[in-house]
Amino acid sequence: MSESLKAILESFHAFGAGLVGEMWWALIWTLIKIILLLAPVLFMVTYITLAERKIIGFMQVRYGPNRVGFWGILQPLADAAKLLFKELLIPEKVDKSVFLLAPALTLVPALVAWAVIPFAPGLVLADINIGILFILAISSMGVYGIIMAGWGSNNRFSFLGGLRSAAQMVSYEVSMGFTLIPVVMLTGSLNLTDVVNAQKGMWFVAPLLPMFVIYFISVVAETNRSPFDLPEAEAELVAGFITEYSAMASGLFFMGEYGNMILVSFMGSILFLGGWLPPVGFLDFIPGVIWLGIKAGLLLFVFLWIRATFPRYRYDQLMRLGWKVFLPISLLWIFVTGLGMHLLGKA
Amino acid sequence: MVTDLLFYLFSAITVMAAVGVVTSRNQVHSVLFLILAFFNTAALFILLQAELLAALLVIVYMGAVAVLFLFVVMMLDVSFEELRKGMIQHLPLGIFVGVVILAELVVIFSGIHTPHAAGAAAAGISNSQLIGQVMFTQYLLPFEIASFILLVALIGAVVLTHRRRKGVKRQNISEQLARTREQSVALVKVASGQGAQQ
Repeated sequence: MSESLKAILESFHAFGAGLVGEMWWALIWTLIKIILLLAPVLFMVTYITLAERKIIGFMQVRYGPNRVGFWGILQPLADAAKLLFKELLIPEKVDKSVFLLAPALTLVPALVAWAVIPFAPGLVLADINIGILFILAISSMGVYGIIMAGWGSNNRFSFLGGLRSAAQMVSYEVSMGFTLIPVVMLTGSLNLTDVVNAQKGMWFVAPLLPMFVIYFISVVAETNRSPFDLPEAEAELVAGFITEYSAMASGLFFMGEYGNMILVSFMGSILFLGGWLPPVGFLDFIPGVIWLGIKAGLLLFVFLWIRATFPRYRYDQLMRLGWKVFLPISLLWIFVTGLGMHLLGKA
Repeated sequence: MVTDLLFYLFSAITVMAAVGVVTSRNQVHSVLFLILAFFNTAALFILLQAELLAALLVIVYMGAVAVLFLFVVMMLDVSFEELRKGMIQHLPLGIFVGVVILAELVVIFSGIHTPHAAGAAAAGISNSQLIGQVMFTQYLLPFEIASFILLVALIGAVVLTHRRRKGVKRQNISEQLARTREQSVALVKVASGQGAQQ
């Protein structure tokens, strides 16, 4: 951050503190920071839908949305307006409180986890010591929205979708957690800023390539994306846990899904691809935020690419992959990492 | 001041959620209240600046244990109304157990010393480092024994559920892949009017 910008920020702080008093200003400033963080996130969530439709259209030799605005650029806004003004139907025998709480509980964890993501040195809302654990904790809460939606809908298809998703998310959280352990071992800290700083010489993707691949496949399963989108497999379960939801309630589920997708892409770039660090030293005149954005964008593109390419997995194959393939490989790689660190004298 | 307010807020929600666990008529609601109680307990840990414990509580209890609870409660057809019928009758016993636990907590909290916590805050050691230091030095033996007991429970669960019953068709992937055309398909010339013979 440049000196003049710092000075402007200082005077802004002084002005705010003078206006409402020190204590309230601290609260209000935190709120402002939260809004400044969430506005771009929600913007990305809105526009990843357009990107998805355009990219999949391109891969399937179609145009994708191209009617609303130039090049379809206003399509997400039109979709949002449609969802907001539709009527929210609540079926007769649903458990109303659970039914209505579920969409919110899906979206909120996807937004809360952004608090610990560092975008550049020092540019992080909450620079806590246990950033990685915080993300794991928050993402483990995401399952409740889905399981509550499945149960609260009072619908067999929804219930099956919810149960599938709960089992899937719990299983893949295990393999995702194990892929993070080598990263923590190499860093010696759970703080995400430390993780990026530890990659200054070499990005962790080089020594931990198998872990990166497993991480990516696990988060695809964790976010219920194709080819692991069994909880909402249209062919067998109508739309799984979303079947009974209409209007913005179903919109919140989609926002949660896309929010999680973007979040795990940023996480993957921070943990394995060097975060805000440029790939070669002389490129560091480009701000770190842009590098992080490019890396996360690449991972997001792979998400969409996978969706356009692969058919859906079968459920038993999914469970086998998680428990019998990924878990042993990641346990082995934790051992290999420890051995390597010992032999190279880094621990 | 703010911390005090937050403490009262979170503990009030915890207590209300705990009451909800035992009083709600729907068992799924009970489990959801339990999860709310877990979450607010984690928030209380954060107020104590024990952020590692808070994260572990959320990951282990909310992320794994409570999900399985919810799973079982949703799948099983247990009538909790039946189980709850003797509530008034067993109330004295419940109150007795509650009082005993409360007394134990009071004894522990009045006798506890936290030299580590005070020293760590001064030295700027992080939570996870401190817990690691104490757990792997001073309490190494209890820690290893506890992990051993958990391992035994794990193996026990696997042995109890992973048994081979007769009449259950299992999928064996290597067998499926090793199957050849000769083993599975035969081209038979069927004489008309007779059908295929073995």
